[in-house]
Amino acid sequence: MTGSLNLWLIPLVPFAGFLVNGLIGRKLPKVLVSAIALICTLIPFLQVAKIWFQFSSITTPYIEHLGTWIWSGAFHADFDLQLDQLTMVMLLVVTGVGFLIHIYSVGYMAHEEGYWRFFAYLNLFMFFMLTLVLSENFLLMFVGWEGVGLASYLLIGFYFLKDSAARAGIKAFVVNRIGDFGFLIALFLLIARFGTLSYHEVFAQITQHPEWQGGILTAIALFLVLGATGKSAQIPLYVWLPDAMEGPTPVSALIHAATMVTAGVYMIARTHVLFDRSPLALSTVAIIGAATAFFAATIGLVQTDIKRVLAYSTVSQLGYMFLACGVTAYSAGIFHLVTHAFFKGLLFLAAGSVIHALGGEQDMRVMGGLRKKIPITFWTMTAAVFAISGIPPFAGFFSKDEILYQAFISPNSLGKTLWFIGLVTAGLTSFYMFRLWYLTFFGESRAAAHEEAEHAAAVHARSDTKLVLEAEHAHPVHESPAVMWIPLAILAILSVIGGWLGIPSAMGGHNEIEHFLAPLLGSPAAAANESSSLTLILASVSVLVALTGVLLAHILYKAKPELPAKLATQLRGLYTLLLNKYWVDQLYGAVIVTPLLLFSRYILKALIDRGIIDGAGFAAGTTTQGFGAIVQRVQSGNIRSYAGWLAVGAAVLLIAVYFGFTAHFSPQ
Amino acid sequence: MHLVLFFIFAGLCVAGALNLLFQRHPINSALSLIVVMSSLAVLYLLLGAEFLAAAQVIVYSGAIMVLFTFVIMLLNAGREQRTHGSKAAYLVGFPGAAVLVALLVYMFLSNRGPLGDAVLGNYLVTTSDLSRVLFHGLLLPFEVTSVLILVAILGAVALARKEH
Amino acid sequence: MVPIYYYLILSAILFSIGVGAFLIKRNIITIFMSIELMLNAVNLSFVAFAHHWHQVSGQIFVFFVMVVAAAEAAVGLAIIIAIFRTRSTLNVDSVDLMKL
Repeated sequence: MTGSLNLWLIPLVPFAGFLVNGLIGRKLPKVLVSAIALICTLIPFLQVAKIWFQFSSITTPYIEHLGTWIWSGAFHADFDLQLDQLTMVMLLVVTGVGFLIHIYSVGYMAHEEGYWRFFAYLNLFMFFMLTLVLSENFLLMFVGWEGVGLASYLLIGFYFLKDSAARAGIKAFVVNRIGDFGFLIALFLLIARFGTLSYHEVFAQITQHPEWQGGILTAIALFLVLGATGKSAQIPLYVWLPDAMEGPTPVSALIHAATMVTAGVYMIARTHVLFDRSPLALSTVAIIGAATAFFAATIGLVQTDIKRVLAYSTVSQLGYMFLACGVTAYSAGIFHLVTHAFFKGLLFLAAGSVIHALGGEQDMRVMGGLRKKIPITFWTMTAAVFAISGIPPFAGFFSKDEILYQAFISPNSLGKTLWFIGLVTAGLTSFYMFRLWYLTFFGESRAAAHEEAEHAAAVHARSDTKLVLEAEHAHPVHESPAVMWIPLAILAILSVIGGWLGIPSAMGGHNEIEHFLAPLLGSPAAAANESSSLTLILASVSVLVALTGVLLAHILYKAKPELPAKLATQLRGLYTLLLNKYWVDQLYGAVIVTPLLLFSRYILKALIDRGIIDGAGFAAGTTTQGFGAIVQRVQSGNIRSYAGWLAVGAAVLLIAVYFGFTAHFSPQ
Repeated sequence: MHLVLFFIFAGLCVAGALNLLFQRHPINSALSLIVVMSSLAVLYLLLGAEFLAAAQVIVYSGAIMVLFTFVIMLLNAGREQRTHGSKAAYLVGFPGAAVLVALLVYMFLSNRGPLGDAVLGNYLVTTSDLSRVLFHGLLLPFEVTSVLILVAILGAVALARKEH
Repeated sequence: MVPIYYYLILSAILFSIGVGAFLIKRNIITIFMSIELMLNAVNLSFVAFAHHWHQVSGQIFVFFVMVVAAAEAAVGLAIIIAIFRTRSTLNVDSVDLMKL
């Protein structure tokens, strides 16, 4: 029996940090604000580390009951936190990567006006994310779920004076909301079916009834998937993530790469007991994952903003995680979640470093030749690029490969097709990542030429910060300060060795992470089909495809830099399609947003709100006034008319009394 | 014989009232009202209320109506002019009054059996009977009434005084 | 041997004539007199019922009505004089400042 782990400290310390920085941060000096924020992120990390070291002595699941929340008839929902293997992994990622990004932000946001606000929101985000991960029931998870959406909105719209940023924040929030609606419906169905929202009660009920398949469980699962697609930016609700790049780069790293967007994957892994009963839902998840992975990768091929490329890359990698969950290889999905947090977080932070070095420039077409000038950034980003492309022995290779392997051997009939799509996407991934690498760091510096050719202001309008743009641009390109490159270095090391957690037995490893998560997530359905030779063959194929991507990128962007332009003109239609992101935003705008707006404006606002509701109120008022005007004429000031009314009144009274009391008029 | 007396004086009452209604000059109306008051005094006698009959003559005809006459003469009120009337008074008032009187008459007629006759010897209230009740049981209202009259006097004096 | 209801009907007739006079007449003083007429009609009713039920309280009531009517007449006429002083007319239709 373990003593109390004080799980409640983990989310509440960042919340305290939010309160302090949020309420009085404006008055505090920046040093104090950073100190508070960092301490309030460090303490949870240390707490998590401590729990990790004693993890083997904890009986799982460990549940901490903090208080009753809702108690309504037979329905019960409490403030319960739980700790098990999955939670442990997520906690390590969230607090660890979160802490590193907090450190980085101290340097990146150093010149910002709203410094205190940024850290307050960041701590608020940590609070909600940790609540989401630690909660023991769906309702508390939903609190965290919505809360991270809120924090995301606040942080995307951090530069609220900028119109595009504000709109991006709203877009993120609204699209997330659609997903949340799905989640809510799932909650209602859960209550209707199981009468409870607590994980262990729901899962216990399901496990005790192996005959429950499909039906309402499918419905619940599908609505949960809707919620997950919103939060994890999958088709059809991915459109907010690229726009979310309007936020500061640390935000993109933390929220839109490492933690918030993985909440959907976490949720599916957490409710895998439910999903295992619904093959339809699982197939849906897998198909959505594979399709999104491919789709987003194609868009990322031609984007010119460095953060946009990374955004679409995130969407694509999340698709891989969904694919893994769809073929019931949940631990593979979580494994990729972990490695992705490392290398994608690193990619974003390094991109931020590049942007910072160039004084706010984000367009890759005016980058180049930075390799020698910002070496630390270069080397750390290189590690990340290799990792994401799936080149061994870097992190991404093992996790991505595991997913592809599980897809291939999955008993699901679509397995091989999904594998193939994933494979092609891996090739596309390595291509666009190396494209980014070459364009940013190699070749001649295009920045100086660009600046003389174009008006500086037009370019700066698109960058993400800084009123001191003009002055900064006069700076020569410089490496980031230590407070920024130390986290980069740490993450780079993790990107290299992080994958070694899950080396499959075929390659001589013990796949620690899968064994660690196995008591909770079970083994994938395909476990029976495992074979070492197949593993090695598929791995080799993946590596080959990845290297092909690298080669293509090398040819197009290093060896023959004039080729891309020629290809673009030759394949003009395809190129335009990709460049415009398949016009999905415009499609949504025309099919969903515009009709809704028109409906709201003309029917709901003009007709119902103004016409009927206001009209009813107005009519009540006018009617009363009308009546009043009529009755007012009794008050004419003329005594004789008063007398007339008196006479009538007396007559009426007399009639009422006489005919009302006739019965009492008894003879004497 | 009582019946004859009744009819004579009742007729006088009604005639006086109608005269009040139809006369143009207020002084004529005032004089008709005096006739009504006096006839009513006789009717009170027929009903056995001797004190009230005396009080009616002394107070009503002798004081109140005299007051009215003084005021009419003081203000030199002339014949009535025709001015714009109030439609409500005619449209609403007359039906109201008509309904009132019709209902009352109907009520009394339909209950005439139980009401019986007024025989003079049946019930005579002497002044001492009246005063016994007034000064014994209803002393407080009596005293309050005197205060009321005092207040009325003060009020009348205050209101009618010439402004300086 | 006069049936009581004769008195009552007489009272009703007098009352209604009073109401009619109130509605028709335009001179304030005449209207006031019609009020006195109505009060007297009611007094007659009271006395008639007092006789019918052999109760003295009916007559007591008449006593008090007379007192109050006297006081009211005094004050009312004082008010009429005051109005006449300011408005120089006794026409009730021209005293309508209280209209909405």
